[in-house]
Amino acid sequence: MSTHTLSVLVENKPGVLARVASLFSRRGFNIDSLAVGPTEHDDISRMTIVVSVEELPLEQVTKQLNKLVNVLKIVELDTAQSVQRELMLIKVRTDADSRSHVLELVNLFRARCVDVAPDAVTIEVTGTMDKLEAFVRVLEPYGIKELVQSGMVAIGRGARSITDRSLRALDRTA
Amino acid sequence: MTEEMTGAQALVRALEHVGVDTVFGIPGGAILPAYDPLYDSTKVRHVLVRHEQGAGHAAEGYAQATGKVGVCMATSGPGATNLVTAIADAYMDSVPMVAITGQVATPMIGTDAFQEADISGITMPITKHNFLVTEVEDIPRTIAEAFHIASTGRPGPVLVDIAKDALQNTTTFSWPPVMQLPGYRPVTRPHSKQIREAARLIVESRRPVLYVGGGVHKAGAAPELLRLAELTGIPVVTTLMARGTFPDSHRQHMGMPGMHGSVSAVGALQRSDLLIALGTRFDDRVTGDLSSFAPNAKVVHADIDPAEISKNRHADVPIVGDCREVITDLIAAIEHEHAEGRKGDYDEWWTLLDGYRRTYPLGYEEFADGSLAPQYVMERLSAIVGPDAYYTAGVGQHQMWAAQFIGYENPGTFINSGGAGTMGFAVPAAMGAKMGRPESTVWAIDGDGCFQMTNQELATCAIEGVPIKVAVINNGNLGMVRQWQTLFYNQRYSNTDLQTVRRIPDFVKLAEAYGCVGLRCERPEDVDATIRKAMEINDVPVVVDFVVHQDAMVWPMVAAGTSNDDIKYARDMAPKWEIED
Repeated sequence: MSTHTLSVLVENKPGVLARVASLFSRRGFNIDSLAVGPTEHDDISRMTIVVSVEELPLEQVTKQLNKLVNVLKIVELDTAQSVQRELMLIKVRTDADSRSHVLELVNLFRARCVDVAPDAVTIEVTGTMDKLEAFVRVLEPYGIKELVQSGMVAIGRGARSITDRSLRALDRTA
Repeated sequence: MTEEMTGAQALVRALEHVGVDTVFGIPGGAILPAYDPLYDSTKVRHVLVRHEQGAGHAAEGYAQATGKVGVCMATSGPGATNLVTAIADAYMDSVPMVAITGQVATPMIGTDAFQEADISGITMPITKHNFLVTEVEDIPRTIAEAFHIASTGRPGPVLVDIAKDALQNTTTFSWPPVMQLPGYRPVTRPHSKQIREAARLIVESRRPVLYVGGGVHKAGAAPELLRLAELTGIPVVTTLMARGTFPDSHRQHMGMPGMHGSVSAVGALQRSDLLIALGTRFDDRVTGDLSSFAPNAKVVHADIDPAEISKNRHADVPIVGDCREVITDLIAAIEHEHAEGRKGDYDEWWTLLDGYRRTYPLGYEEFADGSLAPQYVMERLSAIVGPDAYYTAGVGQHQMWAAQFIGYENPGTFINSGGAGTMGFAVPAAMGAKMGRPESTVWAIDGDGCFQMTNQELATCAIEGVPIKVAVINNGNLGMVRQWQTLFYNQRYSNTDLQTVRRIPDFVKLAEAYGCVGLRCERPEDVDATIRKAMEINDVPVVVDFVVHQDAMVWPMVAAGTSNDDIKYARDMAPKWEIED
């Protein structure tokens, strides 16, 4: 199995997320991570889907996704040729003694402290999956009270945009 | 042209504009606004069926007999859910269909209102696309989009669920609307490089087979297929969905492949060095155990749906395109190869295949007690009714016998439930086919199990003047399941005996109760006279109860999950593949 990151441009319409999610479950494909949000164009949403599949099933995933009428475009993002980020919020147990140690780790990981209480701090950190996992490992000894994580978002490096041509397709029908 | 009207009027007007002449359905609360203007339409005939499943299958039968989009209509909740089986069936067999359902009014959606069901959610995995319309001004555009999606690319069912208030509100109607489908771009034009590569493989191969599926007729490409076959001299197999796409009587026709295919068709695929797969999807009922399917063959696979290519079997030459364009281009490319002096030599291949055909023709067992063999009924129907009629079938033994023993010469004349295997398909599908082709004879070939699932549509046929003919192949059992119990479950006949031999129900009386003519035939010597009598009655539907022997089995057979190489042409009888003259 290998991990693949798909950027999927979809029409911003009700039910599109359900169509995509139901397609994955119906065809027996597993989603590792899914993030969805608006793009620079009001009519287009963008999903970043991380799947673990072999090469051949991946082809089926993209072909089946392409058959959904609301799907505009699918691009597989190469790890080396793209920037990939996840966001994590972590609530860590701290007291007067441990707080400075934790804040040192926050600096090392270029994370940010977003909330402080007498017995806890909440930290915001972004990065790749590997970086976030490493950060969680070093915080664990202090006691993680709560953790929430976004799906991965990713964008290709360089000047090229994957939305350009899809926008033109939308303009033609408008 | 713009005009003020209600959403319901806009719906009916839009249906008229897209060319709908027949709608099968049943009204109810949420769809009721639509039925009022429908009452006034002079272009759209609404056929009041007895169960929504019947509406769905009738729309399928109509679509398959005419090539147009079939339309069914139902109300919200149970009306809509009763369409689900037919929608799933249309999805599996790529039948162009639009299902229109009423939905509770927008403010009620999500409140578990009376007769509320999330039918767009329910049908998401079994439709090509679906819509929930809550704004009146979206109705005409959505109808245009639904018909466009249903009928183009790989055809399929599209559901349009319309909230009751959208039907009641007023809008400004204008036609044609501008469709907004930026993500829908079916590819129909094949890639010329792939076509040239396919042509090269075809002339170089020694054992090619044209493996023809339902997509060829859907593309209207039967004439092109005939030209391709005759140009190359390559043997043809027609799948269950393709029966009639290539004439059965043609010398190059090897029969139907698959679980109950002929030895010659299955043998041709297994021994082939090149499969030219056209509009077909390597279904498990054709391939048997996939890893041993056509083990020495390269594959040229042409289909309009890119997702079918290399889904089950790797395609060496993938061609995405409409089969008519693909075959037309292939003919030109092969003619070019021929002109260059490169022509396939298939003489040895034909010697082998003719040997299979001679040694292992389709056959069946006759019964010493003088009872009726179901296959004999099919043979006589084929001989007396002929290839100009349309035949529909339910699912099970009778379906396979209808596929095997009736000679099809014309594309689209065998209409059955292939992918979904929906029992009860035959009678409503025959009704739809007859309404689409009123000048043709339409026979529904049904089993006694299937017939009891949807025979209420005989009332619709009798009242609406749709004189279909029904051959009930009555063996008193769920025959195909019983056959598996005979072969794989030690003859333990758990829950397959319908006991229709006790005449519960009496199909002749049942037919008469529905205003049809009922006939019964129990002996081989009466078959011809009974069929002829049925053929003479053209003002009302006819039901013939053919009481047949319960032990008749469908052969040949490739047991589920086993290799095509292990096909049996009768119980424990395996063909010898290496026969030579």
